[in-house]
Amino acid sequence: MNVDKVLDAKGLSCPMPVVRTKKAIDELKSGEILELHTTDSGAFSDIPAWAKTAGHQVIEQREENGVYKFWIQKG
Amino acid sequence: MENNKSTLIVFSGDLDKAIASFIIGTGSAAMGNQVTMFFTFWGLNILRKEQYVPVQKSFMDKMFAKLLPRGPEKLGISKMNFGGLGAKMMKYTMKKKNITTLKELIETAQELDIKMVACTMSMDVLGIKKEELIDGLEYAGVASYLAEANEAKVNLFI
Repeated sequence: MNVDKVLDAKGLSCPMPVVRTKKAIDELKSGEILELHTTDSGAFSDIPAWAKTAGHQVIEQREENGVYKFWIQKG
Repeated sequence: MENNKSTLIVFSGDLDKAIASFIIGTGSAAMGNQVTMFFTFWGLNILRKEQYVPVQKSFMDKMFAKLLPRGPEKLGISKMNFGGLGAKMMKYTMKKKNITTLKELIETAQELDIKMVACTMSMDVLGIKKEELIDGLEYAGVASYLAEANEAKVNLFI
Protein backbone atom coordinates (compact mmCIF):
# COMPACT_ATOMS: atom_id res chain seq x y z
CA MET A 1 0.00 0.00 0.00
CA ASN A 2 1.27 3.44 -0.94
CA VAL A 3 0.99 5.70 2.06
CA ASP A 4 1.08 9.40 1.23
CA LYS A 5 1.03 10.74 4.77
CA VAL A 6 1.36 9.37 8.31
CA LEU A 7 -0.46 11.02 11.22
CA ASP A 8 0.61 10.27 14.77
CA ALA A 9 -2.38 11.06 17.00
CA LYS A 10 -1.27 8.87 19.90
CA GLY A 11 -2.16 10.16 23.35
CA LEU A 12 -4.88 12.47 22.07
CA SER A 13 -8.42 12.15 23.38
CA CYS A 14 -11.80 12.66 21.76
CA PRO A 15 -12.45 14.70 19.61
CA MET A 16 -8.83 15.38 18.66
CA PRO A 17 -8.07 12.17 16.70
CA VAL A 18 -10.99 12.97 14.40
CA VAL A 19 -10.13 16.68 14.21
CA ARG A 20 -6.46 15.99 13.38
CA THR A 21 -7.42 13.32 10.85
CA LYS A 22 -9.73 15.77 9.13
CA LYS A 23 -6.98 18.38 8.93
CA ALA A 24 -4.47 15.84 7.62
CA ILE A 25 -6.81 14.51 4.95
CA ASP A 26 -7.65 18.06 3.84
CA GLU A 27 -4.02 18.33 2.72
CA LEU A 28 -4.21 15.20 0.56
CA LYS A 29 -5.53 14.81 -2.96
CA SER A 30 -8.45 12.52 -3.79
CA GLY A 31 -7.31 8.87 -3.89
CA GLU A 32 -4.27 9.45 -1.66
CA ILE A 33 -3.86 7.43 1.52
CA LEU A 34 -3.42 8.57 5.11
CA GLU A 35 -2.02 6.27 7.76
CA LEU A 36 -3.29 7.13 11.23
CA HIS A 37 -2.03 5.96 14.62
CA THR A 38 -4.14 6.64 17.72
CA THR A 39 -4.45 5.29 21.24
CA ASP A 40 -8.03 6.47 21.80
CA SER A 41 -10.11 3.28 22.01
CA GLY A 42 -13.23 5.17 20.88
CA ALA A 43 -11.45 5.93 17.62
CA PHE A 44 -11.92 2.35 16.51
CA SER A 45 -15.59 3.13 15.88
CA ASP A 46 -15.19 6.87 15.46
CA ILE A 47 -12.80 6.93 12.53
CA PRO A 48 -14.98 4.68 10.33
CA ALA A 49 -18.06 6.75 11.31
CA TRP A 50 -16.21 9.94 10.49
CA ALA A 51 -14.95 8.57 7.16
CA LYS A 52 -18.43 7.44 6.14
CA THR A 53 -19.94 10.86 6.85
CA ALA A 54 -17.08 12.85 5.39
CA GLY A 55 -16.95 10.70 2.25
CA HIS A 56 -13.64 8.86 2.70
CA GLN A 57 -12.84 5.15 2.81
CA VAL A 58 -11.17 3.17 5.56
CA ILE A 59 -9.21 0.57 3.62
CA GLU A 60 -7.83 -1.22 6.65
CA GLN A 61 -7.82 -0.93 10.42
CA ARG A 62 -6.13 -2.98 13.11
CA GLU A 63 -4.87 -2.85 16.66
CA GLU A 64 -1.19 -3.36 17.47
CA ASN A 65 -0.11 -3.28 21.13
CA GLY A 66 -2.76 -0.76 22.15
CA VAL A 67 -2.23 1.42 19.09
CA TYR A 68 -5.11 1.63 16.64
CA LYS A 69 -3.94 1.93 13.06
CA PHE A 70 -6.03 3.06 10.13
CA TRP A 71 -5.41 3.45 6.43
CA ILE A 72 -7.83 5.95 4.97
CA GLN A 73 -8.25 6.80 1.32
CA LYS A 74 -9.42 10.30 0.58
CA GLY A 75 -12.73 10.37 -1.31
CA MET B 1 -20.35 15.84 -0.60
CA GLU B 2 -23.26 17.96 0.50
CA ASN B 3 -22.68 20.36 3.34
CA ASN B 4 -24.88 19.61 6.33
CA LYS B 5 -25.44 21.94 9.23
CA SER B 6 -25.43 21.45 12.97
CA THR B 7 -26.45 23.94 15.62
CA LEU B 8 -25.89 23.93 19.35
CA ILE B 9 -27.46 26.20 21.93
CA VAL B 10 -25.02 26.51 24.80
CA PHE B 11 -27.20 27.71 27.67
CA SER B 12 -25.12 26.24 30.48
CA GLY B 13 -22.00 27.82 31.87
CA ASP B 14 -20.88 24.62 33.60
CA LEU B 15 -17.41 23.38 32.69
CA ASP B 16 -18.52 19.81 31.98
CA LYS B 17 -21.41 20.86 29.77
CA ALA B 18 -19.22 23.39 27.97
CA ILE B 19 -16.65 20.67 27.25
CA ALA B 20 -19.39 18.36 25.95
CA SER B 21 -20.72 21.18 23.73
CA PHE B 22 -17.34 21.90 22.20
CA ILE B 23 -16.53 18.22 21.67
CA ILE B 24 -19.76 17.78 19.73
CA GLY B 25 -19.24 21.07 17.89
CA THR B 26 -15.65 20.39 16.83
CA GLY B 27 -16.48 16.76 16.06
CA SER B 28 -19.30 17.83 13.78
CA ALA B 29 -17.10 20.39 12.04
CA ALA B 30 -14.45 17.70 11.51
CA MET B 31 -17.10 15.56 9.83
CA GLY B 32 -17.55 18.31 7.29
CA ASN B 33 -20.60 20.02 8.76
CA GLN B 34 -21.16 23.74 9.05
CA VAL B 35 -21.52 24.33 12.78
CA THR B 36 -23.14 27.21 14.64
CA MET B 37 -22.84 27.48 18.40
CA PHE B 38 -25.28 29.91 19.94
CA PHE B 39 -24.33 31.08 23.44
CA THR B 40 -27.06 32.31 25.72
CA PHE B 41 -27.48 33.06 29.44
CA TRP B 42 -24.81 31.30 31.54
CA GLY B 43 -23.18 29.99 28.38
CA LEU B 44 -21.90 33.52 27.76
CA ASN B 45 -19.48 33.08 30.67
CA ILE B 46 -17.51 30.62 28.53
CA LEU B 47 -16.82 33.43 26.06
CA ARG B 48 -15.76 36.06 28.58
CA LYS B 49 -12.19 37.31 28.38
CA GLU B 50 -10.16 36.21 31.39
CA GLN B 51 -8.82 39.67 32.09
CA TYR B 52 -10.93 42.47 33.53
CA VAL B 53 -12.20 44.84 30.85
CA PRO B 54 -13.18 48.29 32.13
CA VAL B 55 -16.62 49.24 30.78
CA GLN B 56 -19.42 51.49 32.00
CA LYS B 57 -21.95 49.46 34.00
CA SER B 58 -24.86 49.91 36.35
CA PHE B 59 -24.57 48.68 39.93
CA MET B 60 -26.55 45.51 39.19
CA ASP B 61 -24.47 44.73 36.09
CA LYS B 62 -21.29 45.21 38.10
CA MET B 63 -22.55 42.68 40.63
CA PHE B 64 -23.22 40.14 37.88
CA ALA B 65 -19.79 40.80 36.39
CA LYS B 66 -18.17 40.11 39.78
CA LEU B 67 -20.19 37.02 40.67
CA LEU B 68 -20.11 35.25 37.32
CA PRO B 69 -17.03 33.33 36.15
CA ARG B 70 -14.75 35.07 33.68
CA GLY B 71 -13.81 32.62 30.94
CA PRO B 72 -13.20 28.87 30.57
CA GLU B 73 -10.67 28.59 33.41
CA LYS B 74 -13.13 29.86 36.02
CA LEU B 75 -16.18 27.69 35.35
CA GLY B 76 -17.57 25.27 37.90
CA ILE B 77 -18.88 21.78 37.20
CA SER B 78 -22.58 20.86 37.24
CA LYS B 79 -22.25 18.16 39.92
CA MET B 80 -19.97 17.95 42.96
CA ASN B 81 -18.51 21.42 42.44
CA PHE B 82 -18.11 22.04 46.21
CA GLY B 83 -17.41 25.73 45.80
CA GLY B 84 -14.91 25.20 43.00
CA LEU B 85 -12.97 22.34 44.57
CA GLY B 86 -14.77 19.84 42.33
CA ALA B 87 -13.84 21.80 39.22
CA LYS B 88 -10.19 21.87 40.35
CA MET B 89 -10.22 18.09 40.88
CA MET B 90 -11.88 17.56 37.53
CA LYS B 91 -9.29 19.70 35.72
CA TYR B 92 -6.47 17.93 37.56
CA THR B 93 -7.66 14.47 36.62
CA MET B 94 -8.43 15.51 33.04
CA LYS B 95 -4.93 16.90 32.67
CA LYS B 96 -3.42 13.68 34.02
CA LYS B 97 -5.44 11.65 31.54
CA ASN B 98 -4.48 13.98 28.72
CA ILE B 99 -8.04 15.09 27.97
CA THR B 100 -8.34 18.15 25.78
CA THR B 101 -9.00 21.28 27.85
CA LEU B 102 -11.91 23.61 27.24
CA LYS B 103 -9.49 26.34 26.17
CA GLU B 104 -7.94 24.07 23.54
CA LEU B 105 -11.40 23.02 22.38
CA ILE B 106 -12.42 26.66 21.91
CA GLU B 107 -9.25 27.29 19.88
CA THR B 108 -9.99 24.19 17.80
CA ALA B 109 -13.53 25.41 17.20
CA GLN B 110 -12.13 28.70 15.90
CA GLU B 111 -9.65 26.88 13.65
CA LEU B 112 -12.48 24.80 12.22
CA ASP B 113 -14.46 27.97 11.43
CA ILE B 114 -17.30 27.16 13.79
CA LYS B 115 -19.65 30.12 13.89
CA MET B 116 -19.94 31.29 17.49
CA VAL B 117 -22.85 33.56 18.19
CA ALA B 118 -23.54 35.47 21.40
CA CYS B 119 -27.18 36.11 22.28
CA THR B 120 -27.58 39.87 22.59
CA MET B 121 -30.65 39.65 24.80
CA SER B 122 -28.75 37.58 27.38
CA MET B 123 -25.87 40.03 27.13
CA ASP B 124 -28.31 42.81 28.07
CA VAL B 125 -29.72 40.79 30.97
CA LEU B 126 -26.30 39.99 32.42
CA GLY B 127 -24.87 43.38 31.50
CA ILE B 128 -22.11 41.87 29.38
CA LYS B 129 -20.57 44.13 26.75
CA LYS B 130 -19.00 43.03 23.46
CA GLU B 131 -15.57 44.22 24.66
CA GLU B 132 -15.72 41.68 27.49
CA LEU B 133 -16.15 38.72 25.17
CA ILE B 134 -13.49 37.01 23.07
CA ASP B 135 -12.90 38.14 19.48
CA GLY B 136 -14.41 36.55 16.41
CA LEU B 137 -17.99 36.29 17.66
CA GLU B 138 -21.20 37.18 15.91
CA TYR B 139 -24.08 38.82 17.74
CA ALA B 140 -27.68 37.82 17.13
CA GLY B 141 -31.03 36.76 18.54
CA VAL B 142 -33.61 34.01 18.37
CA ALA B 143 -34.60 34.48 14.71
CA SER B 144 -31.01 34.03 13.52
CA TYR B 145 -30.74 30.87 15.56
CA LEU B 146 -34.02 29.47 14.25
CA ALA B 147 -33.11 30.29 10.66
CA GLU B 148 -29.95 28.21 11.09
CA ALA B 149 -31.74 25.45 12.99
CA ASN B 150 -34.37 25.12 10.24
CA GLU B 151 -31.65 24.15 7.79
CA ALA B 152 -29.71 21.91 10.19
CA LYS B 153 -30.07 18.21 10.83
CA VAL B 154 -28.60 18.24 14.32
CA ASN B 155 -29.86 20.84 16.81
CA LEU B 156 -28.88 20.54 20.44
CA PHE B 157 -29.67 22.48 23.60
CA ILE B 158 -27.05 22.12 26.29
